[in-house]
Amino acid sequence: MNDQAQLLPGTLDLLILRAVSLGPLHGYGILLRIGQISANALLIEQGALYPGLFRLVRQGLLKASWGTSENNRRAKFYELTVAGRKRLQEETDSWNRLAGAIAAALGPQPEEA
Amino acid sequence: MKFFDSIRFRLATLFQRSEMNAEMEEELRSHIQHRADDLERSGLARSEAERRARIEFGGREKYKEEIHHALGGNFIETCVQDLRFSLRQLRKSPWFTIAAVLTLALAIGANTVVFGVLNALILRPLNLPHPQSLFTIQHGGYREQNSSYLDYLDLRERNRSFDDVTAYIMVPVGLDTGSNPSQSWGYEVTGNYFDALGMQPYLGRFFHDADEHGPNSAPYLVLSYAYWHSQFQDDRNVIGRVVQVNKHPFTILGVAPPEFNGTLVFFFPDFWAPMVQQEQLQGFNVLNDRNERDIFMVLGHMKTGVTPAQAIGDLNSVGSYLEKTYPKTEADMTYSLARPSLVGDSMGPGLKRFVTGMMLLSGMILLAACANLGSLFAARAADRSREVALRLALGSRRSRILRGVFTEALLLSLFGGALGLLGSVALLRQLSVWHPIPEYPMHVPVYADRSVYLAALLLALVSGFLFGAVPVRQILRTNPYEVVKAGSTGIIAGSTGRRITLRDVLLVVQIAICAVLVTSSLVAVRGLVRSMHSRFGFVPENAILVDTTLRLAGYSGDRALAMQRRMINTLATLPGVKSVGLISRIPLGGGTSTDDVFTDQTTDLRTANAAGNVNVYQISPEYFHAAGTALLAGRSISWQDNKDAPRVAVVSELFATRIFGTVANALGRYYKMADGTRIQVVGIVEQGKYYLLTENPKPAVFLPFMQSPTGLMCLVVRSDRDPQQLAPEIRSKLRDLDSGIPLYIETWTEGLGIALFPARAATVSLGVLGLLGAMLSITGIFGMAAYSVSRRLRELGIRMALGAKWMEVLKAALGRPLKLLFVGSTAGLLLGVLAARVLSYIVYEASPRDPMVLGGVVLVMLLLGLLATWIPAQRALSVNPLILLREE
Repeated sequence: MNDQAQLLPGTLDLLILRAVSLGPLHGYGILLRIGQISANALLIEQGALYPGLFRLVRQGLLKASWGTSENNRRAKFYELTVAGRKRLQEETDSWNRLAGAIAAALGPQPEEA
Repeated sequence: MKFFDSIRFRLATLFQRSEMNAEMEEELRSHIQHRADDLERSGLARSEAERRARIEFGGREKYKEEIHHALGGNFIETCVQDLRFSLRQLRKSPWFTIAAVLTLALAIGANTVVFGVLNALILRPLNLPHPQSLFTIQHGGYREQNSSYLDYLDLRERNRSFDDVTAYIMVPVGLDTGSNPSQSWGYEVTGNYFDALGMQPYLGRFFHDADEHGPNSAPYLVLSYAYWHSQFQDDRNVIGRVVQVNKHPFTILGVAPPEFNGTLVFFFPDFWAPMVQQEQLQGFNVLNDRNERDIFMVLGHMKTGVTPAQAIGDLNSVGSYLEKTYPKTEADMTYSLARPSLVGDSMGPGLKRFVTGMMLLSGMILLAACANLGSLFAARAADRSREVALRLALGSRRSRILRGVFTEALLLSLFGGALGLLGSVALLRQLSVWHPIPEYPMHVPVYADRSVYLAALLLALVSGFLFGAVPVRQILRTNPYEVVKAGSTGIIAGSTGRRITLRDVLLVVQIAICAVLVTSSLVAVRGLVRSMHSRFGFVPENAILVDTTLRLAGYSGDRALAMQRRMINTLATLPGVKSVGLISRIPLGGGTSTDDVFTDQTTDLRTANAAGNVNVYQISPEYFHAAGTALLAGRSISWQDNKDAPRVAVVSELFATRIFGTVANALGRYYKMADGTRIQVVGIVEQGKYYLLTENPKPAVFLPFMQSPTGLMCLVVRSDRDPQQLAPEIRSKLRDLDSGIPLYIETWTEGLGIALFPARAATVSLGVLGLLGAMLSITGIFGMAAYSVSRRLRELGIRMALGAKWMEVLKAALGRPLKLLFVGSTAGLLLGVLAARVLSYIVYEASPRDPMVLGGVVLVMLLLGLLATWIPAQRALSVNPLILLREE
């Protein structure tokens, strides 16, 4: 467990968008998908997912509907809206730029002359 | 749209909270079940799996709260919390709350009342179809309303820019509905009146053009709803009934709708009657005389698509036709248009200026009140700075604290606004039923309508934000560490220095506003007092007026003259009566008759060649004596100046100097009337005021009533006896002569009411505003002085302990508020002097360049300062250094 990284603020929303971009998922499913795509490297408290989900629905980036899960239980499924897909693209690009810049800044420095 | 969506969403989340909670609960439970399923698959027992799943999930309640937060649903909840908190805060300081609410109630109430008047008289259109296309047609350079019937007919036939043109005259008549003959006011209107205005009857029918077939052919009446309601108790069978108008039978045709009261906002007729009945209604018929401009107003709806400029061009072409065709009577026939509701340009602009001025002044009052409350709020914020600092230190956001302040301010302003609105609605209702001048059907219909309520709400909100904004900077700059460290004494560094603070500016503004109001109300009061004691050309004291019109009782010609003589002789025999005079219309009684006069040399007697337009009065020989008018030269009228004697006149001083050069020159000379009659001037009397107190002097001529009979009459009875006793005796004596003559008896001083009305109204309203302003200033200065003393109490104590004299202590404690008082008063006085110029239109002899006024303002402001700083000064002087220092 100790090698799991804390989430940076604001990145959970991005991860949720990414997780549901492959198809509709319920809350627990999103959690599993994030674990899967990040190779379980990120620490997310399970309940913390939900405020994020409601916020994204409120912003119109996700839409939700009740259905039946693979376990044959009633569950609320989330999927991307058109706006959500667009936002995911933008956020991904800007995250990549930021990460690249930070990586470059923290990378091996040329020796001072 | 976005904004409303968000509001709706938030409201929805508030009201559907339980439903949302259930759904949320189900979703979270589903999550835990799915996790438990997984755990169960890995080998745990179901119950253990569920327990583990719940633990892994974390604090369910906490997340639910976070979800609510994410949904923004807590915005309204926060508001409710803020509201509760503010209410608690306000309850904790009841005096502050009461003072603030009362201040606001007064200020908002004053504004609402003034706005109500503005709304009723100026903003609200007349209650008839298409009021925006209705115009009164004025003529000549003085934009006069009156017209002759023949001119009106030409205008109506020849113009191409109005749908229809109608005209009316206001007439008093003796109306006998079967029980009690009484004087009643109506409109004598052209046959097309109701059709031209587009009105429909409430009951029965209106008369039309087709009902008229020459003089006295249409004895019909249409009653106003109010008159029908009060005199006939809503009796629907009244249609077709015959009533006596000046002893002539008239048939009631219909009743006008309740909302229609003619086209003037302040003069409500009891009935409408066709103009062809003029002989019966007024006792004479001048409809065929182009020189008799008896019609009060000509008005009509402009055609759609015609601009006012086009209409004026069209009317002017009719005017030049008239000038060319009737050169003897018509001159200066250019036309202008105006709104009919305030008698066009003869009253509208002045009234508009005055009401707008009042609105400005009351707006200033509200600003002053806001400044006042702003200072109070700032002081409260300063006193609460420790609380604010603590809340900030404990992690409260500044925006949340500011929101609390604004909630408090808005609450106060809404309470104040509601209270003010209640008061002003009551006051407006009083004004609406008020009859300022009992002889005339004058009303001030200023009931509150939707726009008044809206204005009050708006004023409350705006003022709440205004004074709520004052302490914002203070709160934003609060540094929690500094405040907590400094302890209870050194509250907010910086505001004690020499720097000019916002509070200083607010106080100066407030004092200046107050000084403006005090100046203008003093100017008005002074003008009013002076106009009461100025020379009117008669002495109103110790004189009783008996207003009557013989034609109302069916007298005319020689019979009327004989009756008038009998009345004069009868009253002269009453004990204590010194003299009795008769005049056709009482000067300054609200109406005049005018005529063109010509020099004796003029042969071409057309209007354009007139030597002047003068007021014309018919009088009895004793009139000047009874009225107290001084004879400057020559003789008065005598009983020998009858029909068989040569025509003579007594003229006013201005008449003599304007037409004959000097008073001495005028005596014995002749002038001519429009019909060529030569009249000899036999006497000259002092110049008087005839129509308005504020008028420019206008020449007047007094003719013997035996030579030019009049149906109009007012008797002036001069006596030293108590009018309360004398009036009933006069009434019974005259009733003995003929009980059918309607009489109106009052003292001449009371009779001046109509002339003094505008000045009185102005003075009262300014006085009330001035008083409000003064009260606000006192509380403002008091607040500042008290605050400054309480903050420097320790310093003052030390000074006294070191032997400072009381003068120095006072200077230290009150120097600043007094300095501000001085600056504010000076600025206000200067502004007030400028503002008072507007007043001179309304109040006779209103001049700010009056040592009494200037001295009065200084005195009032000094008194205000003294009153406001008295208690703080006492407190500063009673400081006991020992006790004060021991407390530390």
